[in-house]
Amino acid sequence: MIAQTETSFASFGRALTGSARIVVILLLIVVVFSALRFDSFVSAANIRNIGMAASILLVMAVGATFVIVTAGVDLSVGAVLVFSGVIAAKVMAAMGGEGWSAAIAGILAAAAAGTVWGILNGMLVAYAKIPALVATLGTMGAAQGLSWIIAGEDLKDVPMALGDTVGVGDVFGIPMLVIIAAVVTIIGGVWLRSTRFGRHTLAIGSNLAASREMGIPIGKHLVSVYAIAGLLAGIAGILSLARYGSTTISGHATDNLSVIAAVVIGGTSLFGGRGSVFLTAVGVLIPASLENGLIMIGLNTFWRDVMVGIVLILAVYLDQMGRSQRR
Amino acid sequence: MTGAPLLEARNIIKRFGGIEALRGASFSIAPGEVVALMGDNGAGKSTLVKTMCGVYRPDGGDLLFEGRPVHFDSPKAAQALGMEIVYQDLAMAPDLDASANMFLGRELTRSGAAGRLGFLDKKEMRERTRTALASMQVQLKSIDAPIATLSGGQRQSIAVVRAVTWADKLVVMDEPTAALGVAQTRAVLELIGRVKASGRAVIIISHNVPDVMAVADRVEVFRLGRRTARFSRSEMTTENIVGAITGAIATEVAS
Repeated sequence: MIAQTETSFASFGRALTGSARIVVILLLIVVVFSALRFDSFVSAANIRNIGMAASILLVMAVGATFVIVTAGVDLSVGAVLVFSGVIAAKVMAAMGGEGWSAAIAGILAAAAAGTVWGILNGMLVAYAKIPALVATLGTMGAAQGLSWIIAGEDLKDVPMALGDTVGVGDVFGIPMLVIIAAVVTIIGGVWLRSTRFGRHTLAIGSNLAASREMGIPIGKHLVSVYAIAGLLAGIAGILSLARYGSTTISGHATDNLSVIAAVVIGGTSLFGGRGSVFLTAVGVLIPASLENGLIMIGLNTFWRDVMVGIVLILAVYLDQMGRSQRR
Repeated sequence: MTGAPLLEARNIIKRFGGIEALRGASFSIAPGEVVALMGDNGAGKSTLVKTMCGVYRPDGGDLLFEGRPVHFDSPKAAQALGMEIVYQDLAMAPDLDASANMFLGRELTRSGAAGRLGFLDKKEMRERTRTALASMQVQLKSIDAPIATLSGGQRQSIAVVRAVTWADKLVVMDEPTAALGVAQTRAVLELIGRVKASGRAVIIISHNVPDVMAVADRVEVFRLGRRTARFSRSEMTTENIVGAITGAIATEVAS
């Protein structure tokens, strides 16, 4: 009986230091801002704002979760987003610039462009054995530069059909962007947790040599993981294009850091082997709701950067502590 | 020893660049036998074992499995005949639980459409893990905990049970007790006894004379890339073994 109590106590403690702590932090932020500005912070319009601001970042962060779980990193996501948007805009302009056929061609072009960059990242990491930090720093520069070369200036060829639905449209009162991000998150989350692909992703990040000895095809798997990250950056590219009606080439220079911060705040270990796509969603919502809430209470949004920095360092510190206790 | 040996190596040669790691190495093990492979660092023990299990391809000599010549072109080919190696680093993912490690690289998927999408049958894997651990009398603090939280002996035990699960003929263990304390070493040695009782042959690579004397039926000693001595149970003394490892005793001459 006593042992029973101790166990439940211990598991409660573990949960609080483990994955649940990040949910608690998000709830605290919501509670604090709600207490300060209840009407405006908890209003439907504001929750909508937070959701829309977070959704494009979240789509990229789902892919980044897979990459970071393998103990890798992808710095190129923001640049690949921009590149994919540029290619999509070019394709849609070539198709006449209006209507659904152009929009669908743009979506496919963005997805394909992102996937190609992802495969390139994966080949560089898995077969050329270039550290992920360097390989994706290189492709980041290349994708950003090529975007400017191809576009010349920000392109604004977005079909109304796309902008009005995906960009700012609703389904049952929920923004389409939020629905897309939620669907991507659920598929990604279930994929990582419940499939052989997800299991191999975790195993490679946990112990690369062991995974190789046990017959997991490392090279092929890593290419697939980076390809997924690229594909999702491509999808984020078309979403961004739909929402802002512009390729916003210079607007995504720090997306990679925001995405990595969200993944790490969500408890995914930079050392690989552990992580959850669902908690990444919480990790994206924390900076988004902080920014929004700080504007509401009239504080400079630079305070968001300070607070996100603190939460990020805290998250990694707790991960390190957890590791040293276990080893 | 009646009938053909389970696995026999005859005059194996293995070169790495200009270095001859195995210079006509021979070895044999009968079904259900526990044989210790001993020798100083660089004697060729690990190279021999990896050559016998398909990790390396020999440059000369013959391998016979149950009396028939075999040529393994990959570890998978050796595994298909019922052989598994427990590596010294255990080949485990520390962040994953016992069941995930038992089925690492061999995950079971669900039946039907979900299985084709790659969905894991976690329940079945967990159940089989529980059964396999119980059959070898291995008890874990928690079957659901990441194995990094378990003791070294428990991790070694999972690795051995995993090998036993996939190998019905031969389990090779590379230094199974090197990193363990006294109590954990005893538990692993008892586990080796249970593997033998299950009818599987065991090759143990070890430097530890007392451990070897506790579990091995025979000892084969290697020195400078070939076998230099074989001792049956009755000849296994510390003096003989240490003498053979250091080169003072040789019961076999190079062929």
